[in-house]
Amino acid sequence: MGCGVTKQNQKQIKKASFSVPAMRAALLIQRWYRQYVARLEMRRRCTWNIFQSMEYAGEQNQIKLYKFFSYLMDHFTPASSERNLIAHIFRENEVCRDAEWERYFNYKNIEVPEFYSGPHLNFPLTATNATELVEAFRTKQQLHSRYVLQLLVETWKLLRILPNINHVSTCHSKEITICGDLHGHLEDLLLVFYKNGLPSMETPYVFNGDFVDRGKNSMEILLILFAFLLVYPNDVHLNRGNHEDHIVNLRYGFTKEVLGKYRVHGKKILKLLQKIYSWLPLASVIDQKVLILHGGISDTTDLDIIAKVDRHRYVSTLRPPKQRKSSAKNKQSDQDSWDEDNMTRRRVRSMTYSSPGVSRPEVQRHSLQTLSSQVEEELRERRRRAGFSLSHGDLHNSLSSDSDSDPGENLETDAEDWKQVVDMLWSDPMPIDGCVPNEVRGGGCYWGPDITREVLEKHNLQLLIRSHECKQEGYEFCHNRKVLTIFSASNYYEVGSNRGAYIRLGPDLVPHLIQYQASRSTRDLTLRQSVGRTERSALRALREQLFAHKSDLISAFQEFDPEQTGLISLNHWATAMESVLQLGLPWRMLRSQLVNHTQDGKLNYQSWFKELAIMEPNTQLAHTNLLETLYKHHSNLETIFRIIDTDNSGLISFEEFRQTWRLLSSHLQIDISDEAISDLAQSIDFNKDGSIDINEFMEAFRLVDRTQQERSNSTLSGVHPHLLQSEHPTKTLLVSASPHFV
Amino acid sequence: MAEDRENAIISEVHKKISDAFDVFDHERNKTVDVREIGTIIRSLGCFPTEGELQEFITEIEEEEATGYIRFERFLPTMTKLLMERKFRPIPEDLLLQAFEVLDQEKKGHLGTEELTKYMTQDGEPFTQEEMEEMLSAAADPDKNVIFYKDFVSMLTVDDK
Repeated sequence: MGCGVTKQNQKQIKKASFSVPAMRAALLIQRWYRQYVARLEMRRRCTWNIFQSMEYAGEQNQIKLYKFFSYLMDHFTPASSERNLIAHIFRENEVCRDAEWERYFNYKNIEVPEFYSGPHLNFPLTATNATELVEAFRTKQQLHSRYVLQLLVETWKLLRILPNINHVSTCHSKEITICGDLHGHLEDLLLVFYKNGLPSMETPYVFNGDFVDRGKNSMEILLILFAFLLVYPNDVHLNRGNHEDHIVNLRYGFTKEVLGKYRVHGKKILKLLQKIYSWLPLASVIDQKVLILHGGISDTTDLDIIAKVDRHRYVSTLRPPKQRKSSAKNKQSDQDSWDEDNMTRRRVRSMTYSSPGVSRPEVQRHSLQTLSSQVEEELRERRRRAGFSLSHGDLHNSLSSDSDSDPGENLETDAEDWKQVVDMLWSDPMPIDGCVPNEVRGGGCYWGPDITREVLEKHNLQLLIRSHECKQEGYEFCHNRKVLTIFSASNYYEVGSNRGAYIRLGPDLVPHLIQYQASRSTRDLTLRQSVGRTERSALRALREQLFAHKSDLISAFQEFDPEQTGLISLNHWATAMESVLQLGLPWRMLRSQLVNHTQDGKLNYQSWFKELAIMEPNTQLAHTNLLETLYKHHSNLETIFRIIDTDNSGLISFEEFRQTWRLLSSHLQIDISDEAISDLAQSIDFNKDGSIDINEFMEAFRLVDRTQQERSNSTLSGVHPHLLQSEHPTKTLLVSASPHFV
Repeated sequence: MAEDRENAIISEVHKKISDAFDVFDHERNKTVDVREIGTIIRSLGCFPTEGELQEFITEIEEEEATGYIRFERFLPTMTKLLMERKFRPIPEDLLLQAFEVLDQEKKGHLGTEELTKYMTQDGEPFTQEEMEEMLSAAADPDKNVIFYKDFVSMLTVDDK
């Protein structure tokens, strides 16, 4: 236009070419559409919040599981009838020397049959082998267990000679590529290789942990990464993540994946992986200036200490390490006082840390706090009373399977070393200064910008790159751009939920970020469809939580309904939801997705619950308390069952099932009658053969959305509702729209 | 008492606003990026024009623009907006009429180029990204036209 017209004014200039009514019409449409898009964006963010808080809630469950194990071990009295079960569960953890392990992992007897059409590996591995492996996995082939074991043994040998901290340099003008969490998403790794090139001397990589769990190709990702590590040991660097941990794997799907793909040798493979995990390096440093590790740091992080720890002692990082041998009596009192100190320190911290502007939604797991303190109380009492030599230390002795260590070192150094490792793998950044325990994850801490400054200065570093948290754009800077989170698993929560990203770092050490999103179907979905799909998934998960807390919720609603009208206001509904679930979610924003019918702005809560979910028709259970308990603890249950199922048949006996329930219910102090347990066992023995199929058990208790079920019943009969849900989401959404937009 | 009832309503409105604000408060310090204010206001049920939005922001911004909006300044102004019921929702038939105005030949549909021209050159123009997104949702892929009647009812179904 003319000179002196600013951009602002240009917007307001009315074009003479269009008529005034047309202009007004256009304005109206724009206003309406922008509002629509904004609401979509709000829904997307809310959905994101749901997934995040559920993920953290899941991690809380993990802590409960550990407490349960401690409890189990403490009930290990010679006279106890549960002794067999417990021995049975932990039987596989014998202590052997490395040479014996090599014999156990001998793959040479495993024959590769003639009809095997998958990739063949020759050792020492070549670049061609590694490339062929990638290609084979891309075309969905599976590597034979003989080669798997061989590859893993070679990897194990190599990892043992690597230091705790990889030192990498960008000399020869090499740019280094850094990838974050992959979580079994093979498509993402292949996408990165496609965009960025395969690992080689010209294309060095750092993979920052969490290679496994959740996605369905964790095994393939590990095999690829290990293969390239073997071929290019100076150019491929792996950091350990918190999911490189066999106990975490039991819950988050990797164990299941391995046992499913390798029915005969799965157990051996898992055992070998346990050792490999413990030998993975803990961090990488580029040009002595950029620190890369999986979780983060704390106020006590010291790279000099880390460089010297015996990292392989930490088989599972969330458990304190094996104690060194010393007299039982001393150990016991030391252990007790250490526990006590730790407990009170933690408690005090969490009580004082109640400022309103907290970094995380305030997930105060009251039940967990009281639970853990109860259990700790119990442990101490029992020990003192029975004069047990089975202290914390010994139980880890029997649980851990690694070879021995030299005696005589003191307890304090162990605790310090352990804290260094846990902090590195589990911590998260927070926006305010300071360092507090990470109560949400149960390990590591939240660290602030002041800690970043301190630690970077102490070691003369300029940037910290970490992963561990899913980010919508695949990456995020914080702490004045001194900390960079990189996450490489796109569509992590659901198709369309987030992008993945990786970093390219040249000699100037300025990070360049490349984003991507795997899955063809994502690109074809409109914003609206992808939000809808992700949202449905999140709401489904949320509904399960609601159901699991039904009785608590009803009590909370009733408090707002003293006259027992059966109705409460929506405002009270939101308040009650938050006080019971403590997920820190914006309930008033989510209300329209969760509540369908209101009467004069009030909600009939009993009928709301009925609308919320229906069960699979297979199970008729009279004991609704049991059902709720099942839901509350179902992810832990599955993990426990898989541990019990030591021959990995997928089946456990009635007796094992009953014993587990009894132990769990006494530990959680829930009242469940033997009769109820027996009924439950019989009702889920679907083929009536006296054993319970774990998979069937878990499937039977998945909630089905009633509205989906009704629609699907009307359109397609005889098809399993779960299939319908996953395959035709858009169909059910657009039921009321015209066929044009299908 | 009427005043009590008024206070109860206001407190409910405050909670609603707070919830919406929190969704975008990434650092949990009661501030949001100024660029997200539009999304927050709209998701609370308002239909401002870009110009009106800009006015609102100018009112609640800090004297020296930091790029962030604080909740203390957002809350009172937003509450007033909701209590006065400014920017009420657009009724479906009015919307339909708007499309019909643009559809001069009364075909019952608009060509993608036609719509693009209006949306990106007139009123408060769309950015290219906004236009692409609207087309991907609205346009019939085979015939390359927008059946606006269906489009309007489809998007209104989504809203509760």
